[in-house]
Amino acid sequence: MAYSDKVVDHFNNPRNMGSFKKDEEGVGTGMVGAPECGDVMKLQIKVQNDTIVDAKFKTFGCGSAIASSSLATEWLKGKTIEEAQKIKNTDIVQELNLPPVKIHCSVLAEDAIKAALADYQKKADGVLADAK
Amino acid sequence: MKLPIFLDNHSTTPMDPRVLDTMLPYFVEKFGNAASRNHAFGWAAEEAVEQARKQIAKLIKADPKEIVFTSGATESDNLAIKGVLEMYKEKGDHIITSSTEHRAVLDTVKSLEGKGKAAVTYLPVDKFGMVNPEDVRKAITEKTILISIMLANNEIGTINPVKEIGKIAKEKGILFHCDATQGVGKIPVDVQDMGIDLMSFSAHKMYGPKGVGALYVRKKNPRVRIAAQMDGGGHERGMRSGTLPVPLIVGFGKACELCEQEMAKDTVRLIAMRDRLEASIMKALEESYLNGHPTNRLPGNLNISFAYVEGESLLMGMKDIALSSGSACTSATLEPSYVLRALGVGTELAHSSIRFGLGRFNQDDEIDYTIKKVIEIVTKLREMSPLYEMAKEGVDLKSVQWAAH
Ligand SMILES: Cc1ncc(COP(=O)(O)O)c(C=O)c1O
Ligand code: FES
Repeated sequence: MAYSDKVVDHFNNPRNMGSFKKDEEGVGTGMVGAPECGDVMKLQIKVQNDTIVDAKFKTFGCGSAIASSSLATEWLKGKTIEEAQKIKNTDIVQELNLPPVKIHCSVLAEDAIKAALADYQKKADGVLADAK
Repeated sequence: MKLPIFLDNHSTTPMDPRVLDTMLPYFVEKFGNAASRNHAFGWAAEEAVEQARKQIAKLIKADPKEIVFTSGATESDNLAIKGVLEMYKEKGDHIITSSTEHRAVLDTVKSLEGKGKAAVTYLPVDKFGMVNPEDVRKAITEKTILISIMLANNEIGTINPVKEIGKIAKEKGILFHCDATQGVGKIPVDVQDMGIDLMSFSAHKMYGPKGVGALYVRKKNPRVRIAAQMDGGGHERGMRSGTLPVPLIVGFGKACELCEQEMAKDTVRLIAMRDRLEASIMKALEESYLNGHPTNRLPGNLNISFAYVEGESLLMGMKDIALSSGSACTSATLEPSYVLRALGVGTELAHSSIRFGLGRFNQDDEIDYTIKKVIEIVTKLREMSPLYEMAKEGVDLKSVQWAAH
């Protein structure tokens, strides 16, 4: 199967590859997938004043999965939490020109975004609760 | 050195230029139908076919009359299994095969099973991918009419104890079919010594043309009979109708002759290159695991799983090397390799496997390049892998609750 140029570009030059410390303030971590399924995605966001100031990923999976998560980090940066919630897997499919068999890789990226946001929210709520 | 490099010689092989040379006259000049008995065009074609039949038979120690031409090993497997079942159905309907056979065998027996025409036993293999002959013996019932076990596996290269299985088949009076597609031309094959009654193989896996193969059908001790699966002009002694593709058959014959002459030389070269590839990769990359048998394996085969990285991404990172992977992401079914699963290789490692298939035309500098590329890409993708990171942090990946999707 031929890959789109954008997938190849993200694969060869992944954006924002790496990790934040999970317990760092303002960091939300989402880890989705399973090794048995052949794909695991870790996506992290760093939030300040409700805005995502930085994002990082690490992915075990095919080229399309790596590209989807790389693209997701690019898109997340600078977005507010609310805006980030609106990123859809179909946007990723469109941007990367993913063929039907690779749609689940983009679903995984959306799941990872949601999981990272939820983790951030949970931590933020925890901090608030502690403060009270 | 030219890029891309072809290291996928189990899928097919490039044709030897010497094979092409022998084929060329049979397209335009000597185009006759080998079944035309009444003129010189037909005689020339028939002579060429008979010459090829001899070359092919010689390689596997058979009689030329025992060679039935087909379109390839898929057809040979179908013809052998369906042909025997139909011919001997009064005797029984039980077939013994193994879980790591090629799909040309597995899907054939499954389809027969599904239609209620056969009862099938799928033997397990050991962790190296080998069938235990004693398992074959134990699986035999009074209804067993066919044992179908492959010679060498197309993914892991493991060579089965075919001779022992042949002996048991003979002892019990059961026909033995062997899918030897990956073995013929690469390792010595002797249908007498191995006790094989029917054997499938294909020209394009041994530097011959695509679209032609053969089924060996034993003529004596015992005389094996099969029911034709295609009706027509009764070619190939009634077993396989259809005008013979003379140029392809001529090429097939030449390919067999070359394999016979060059097997010893090719084997030494291939083993040296393969072992160097294996040793260099394994030394440089921790947690890489060999799949298949450490020694009892095809000379050109190497199958390795690289923990924490997924196979399709590995292939993508080595675009200028043609390889294949057992990863689900590369398969249409999104299931990882059933062969690796049958050896007990964990699903994660099955996703991480790469098959290197070396052949006659590979050169040392291509191996050097491949070693370098593999080490580079595995290292790069491990840096990118959350699993590798966790493992480095000491997390036991098996203990993690994964959010499976
Ligand atoms: C073991 C085995 N059997 C059968 C086949 C099918 O061969 P063909 O392509 O000639 O139909 C192959 C080729 O992939 C094979 O490796
Ligand atoms: S991770 Fe398997 S297809 Fe993308």
